[in-house]
Amino acid sequence: MRTDAMLTAYKTIVTREIRRFMRIWPQTLLPPAVTMTLYFIIFGNLIGSRIGVMDGFDYMSFIVPGLIMMAVITSSYANVVSSFFSMKFQRSIEELLVSPVPNWIILAGYVTGGMSRGLGIGLIVTLLSLGFTELSIHHLPMVILTVFLTSALFSLGGFINAMLATKFDDISIVPTFILTPLTYLGGVFYSIDMLPGFWQGVSMINPILYMVNAFRYGILGVSDVNPYVALGMIVVFITILSAVSLRMLARGKGIRH
Amino acid sequence: MTNALEIEGLVKTYGDGFEALKGIDLHVAEGDFFALLGPNGAGKSTTLGIVCSLVNKSAGKVRVFGSDIDTHLSDAKLNLGVVPQEFNFNQFEKVFDIVTTQAGYYGIPLKKASESAEKYLRQLGLWDKRNTPAMMLSGGMKRRLMIARALVHEPKLLILDEPTAGVDIELRRSMWTFLEEMNRQGTTIILTTHYLEEAEALCRNIAIIDHGRILRNTSKRELLQQLSSETFVLDTAEPLGHAPVLDGFYSHLDGEGAMVVDVEKGQSLNGMFIQLEEKGIRVVSMRTKANRLEELFIRMVEDNNPSTAREGDAA
Repeated sequence: MRTDAMLTAYKTIVTREIRRFMRIWPQTLLPPAVTMTLYFIIFGNLIGSRIGVMDGFDYMSFIVPGLIMMAVITSSYANVVSSFFSMKFQRSIEELLVSPVPNWIILAGYVTGGMSRGLGIGLIVTLLSLGFTELSIHHLPMVILTVFLTSALFSLGGFINAMLATKFDDISIVPTFILTPLTYLGGVFYSIDMLPGFWQGVSMINPILYMVNAFRYGILGVSDVNPYVALGMIVVFITILSAVSLRMLARGKGIRH
Repeated sequence: MTNALEIEGLVKTYGDGFEALKGIDLHVAEGDFFALLGPNGAGKSTTLGIVCSLVNKSAGKVRVFGSDIDTHLSDAKLNLGVVPQEFNFNQFEKVFDIVTTQAGYYGIPLKKASESAEKYLRQLGLWDKRNTPAMMLSGGMKRRLMIARALVHEPKLLILDEPTAGVDIELRRSMWTFLEEMNRQGTTIILTTHYLEEAEALCRNIAIIDHGRILRNTSKRELLQQLSSETFVLDTAEPLGHAPVLDGFYSHLDGEGAMVVDVEKGQSLNGMFIQLEEKGIRVVSMRTKANRLEELFIRMVEDNNPSTAREGDAA
């Protein structure tokens, strides 16, 4: 396939993905906006005013980066897992399989689609947060890199989940039983300095902790971990998950007989 | 002339050990209108699935217009349009979007894709439905949508797996006309069908497959020459209470009361008409019953699987 044709195919997949989540915006864009507004009101304003200062910032300012990241992670993952699995379920994935689109373009298209929704939600939540607190950027490149790479990583995670899923239950198990607990325990609402030594150690094996802290460093300038180590880890994870995804596509795992 | 499709030694063994294809060889010439016939589970869809990259082969070679799917898959796919047996589009998407998106997967820019989509949606009578979500279409419209989608990148080889299944007679005929026109314009067409009348009406060459093996691969004309008898349907001026006994001919009445007569190859029809005249039966029209291929098909499949034949006899 020629390069310009591959670019057209890539744009087609991305456009279709964006069209899909925009068409069902009450299911895709509205819920995280409502949920995050409630977090801002309840944890930020009502409870946060009694918690006081954390890492030198008022509680609302402290949780905003984590909540933005939480929205980006869950939306990126959800977009790819639900879109790709429903294509498998409806067999419309065959439209792609019979076409000459290379596997890496298929993967890039879906990941970009997931990132579009994840970053779009991130922007919405950021704008909403401005109604509750003032945001200043400490390190803009770190903010951009962290949010883009994290969104790509969880889009890849959603893709692998969709490849492996055989029924609708399978696409909710990971978000419910793995992603949500890891996010809540990933330092969104607290600094791990508050935890006893043992639990601090346990927290360090949670990859989401690194992403939340790298992003918080970019905005507030404070972090429980080295943000550059966090960035490096995200890049390593992206490389591994990309290789796994491409291997699955090449073997036709769950999509070819 | 290049063959549109070349299949050599194609084997497919599924994970549970079931051998769906046992070394198939098949050549389809460019410009042909080819039918792949066989009973359910014979291996038709598996064969076409492998050609279209929807099924992984276990062994063998497949070339589409000379492009090997192992080494030049992208080139092979560019020449291929596929109409599958089951509806396989996103039911929530609009008709126009489904067709233009498919064109995009082939690298066709949106402007050109839109022109091509309009051309085929108009030809297939779906232009008025272009902004309708696919789920709102009737079964026949959905079949036509899949044909438009398969043609949007102007493939040289069109593969249709049971394209007229569940489609009413009028629509089936209009789809035949459309496919004949596509073939006249140079598109090679391969179809599988359960309607043997369809294969007889449309195709020039036919392969019969059963239990993962090709039983015959020849021209329709040669295949039909194997028939030892031909069946005629005679409409009479007066309704008949029972089929007349004709010396040298077997006759019976069909469900609509028309007289059906089997005539052996080389046997003169004059003898039949003389006897009918003597019995005072006036024939007002006569036609060939379009089931010749069906008879041959059943015979071949039964020969290949004697146990099925015995069960059929017992029933």
